[in-house]
Amino acid sequence: MTEPAEPDFEVIVIGAGIAGCVAAYQLARQGRSVLLIERGEAPGSKNLSGGVLYSRGIQQVFPDFLAEAPVERRVTRNYISFLNAGSSVAIDYKDARLADPVNAVTVLRAKLDVWLSEKCEQAGAMIMPGVRVDRVVTEGTRVVGVKAGDDELRAHVVVAADGVNSFVAKEAGLRQKEPLNHLAVGVKSVVALPRETIEQRFNLTGDEGAALAVVGDCTQGVGGGGFLYTNLDSLSVGIVVRLDDLTAKQKVVTDLFDHFLQHQFIAPYLEGGELLEYGCHLVAEGGLHMVGEIVMDGMVVVGDAAGLTLNTGLTVRGMDLAVGSAAAAAEAIGDALDRKDTSKAALACYRDKLFASYVGRDMKTYARAPRFLEVERMYKQYGELFADVLYGTFNLDTQPRRHLLKVARKSLARSPLTMRQLIRDGIAGARAL
Amino acid sequence: MKPLSVPERLTKNRFLLDEEQSHIEVNQEIAKATGTGKALVACCPAHVYSEEPDGTISVEYAACLECGTCLAIAAPGALKWHYPRGGFGVQFREG
Repeated sequence: MTEPAEPDFEVIVIGAGIAGCVAAYQLARQGRSVLLIERGEAPGSKNLSGGVLYSRGIQQVFPDFLAEAPVERRVTRNYISFLNAGSSVAIDYKDARLADPVNAVTVLRAKLDVWLSEKCEQAGAMIMPGVRVDRVVTEGTRVVGVKAGDDELRAHVVVAADGVNSFVAKEAGLRQKEPLNHLAVGVKSVVALPRETIEQRFNLTGDEGAALAVVGDCTQGVGGGGFLYTNLDSLSVGIVVRLDDLTAKQKVVTDLFDHFLQHQFIAPYLEGGELLEYGCHLVAEGGLHMVGEIVMDGMVVVGDAAGLTLNTGLTVRGMDLAVGSAAAAAEAIGDALDRKDTSKAALACYRDKLFASYVGRDMKTYARAPRFLEVERMYKQYGELFADVLYGTFNLDTQPRRHLLKVARKSLARSPLTMRQLIRDGIAGARAL
Repeated sequence: MKPLSVPERLTKNRFLLDEEQSHIEVNQEIAKATGTGKALVACCPAHVYSEEPDGTISVEYAACLECGTCLAIAAPGALKWHYPRGGFGVQFREG
């Protein structure tokens, strides 16, 4: 037997974010005794995301999710753009099919996570807010519980759902300090605007929502991008910049954020708005290479704490991966508890389930994306080149026209980019994305 | 939208200040020797860190938004940073 005798709970989950709540909910629904510990004064109060949740996975967990959960808008418009200082080249993709069935919603986590934790409570989990877990308690190689202040609580399995900084996974030896190219900082404002104003500005009706993602001048060439998401009566607006590039270029992160907010193509969306809240969050950008050990004797790691985020250039995902990893972990923990063996070997089926699910498979599919997105040209030269080609096409200056290909060749010749780089990046992009 | 300074932005947030203990501690010598000090000032979205005329880094821990960027970029030994005690620190109402 590898079980400690008479624990306080069968499972202790650290962190009431999406991963922690979904794990606690699924385990409580199995009839397990579950304690969900949260360091914020209430669930959600420490949690922040950009704001787009790809919702199919969470709808499998909570079939009434779209009707009951406090979601903001259903994203039917994805606007992806290269934003230069004075020009912008974009794909504006709007599709009614994205609303039926709903594919993605905008969310505000301080509201959503309260609902999630209530679902956990209804399912029988015990919630303990306002408590910071200081460390896990170990016996030999095995995690047997958690320590918070003077209190020690024991469980057969601990679930580390304590976010991207995961002190728990680090102190248990599962994670090392990340290289800076695996991390980015997101800075975000939530800006209040009347509902009708948002719908007019973004060309939306009813609870339709828009997600704008931009690269280029918004981060002054630092690897990363800007975003602007519509909530019901507010906007989530921010930037995410890679830490290796931010520090190498010696930029001040708040200068970049201010620059974005004041950009001539962004500021009009925010006009007349009033700041509701200012926040920031560390973002895992390492992709598959960042997912290390996620199982040990008596403990599994889920969500951001496991490095599960994906930036594919077009979609930026994290919350849906948190859902999928928590669901896989809950299944694996259930099996292990049934067999009365919660050793690393018994819990290893979490990893198998994870990599058999959309989470692990997508992490593998996009394994090359982080490296591709480190190509510096993406954040300045490409946007300028595309705008230059279009300018040469649209700027009818009474000079005789030339074919598009010739205009493009001339723009390329003027640009610092070379044909060789264009071809190489094209092939790498096709493979990575 | 009217541009706001970082301190002005922070007034919109709800904070529960832990009066008894700071969750941040800078090792001034290592911070100076490694350049971490200046990097902390540049990377923190809440402007928790500022450089004094004598080159030391002062810490306004009450403003911390708890992202962990400082810890990620700090040279080994330059910074002790943990989450504030349970129930303290920033409490997002939007998120």
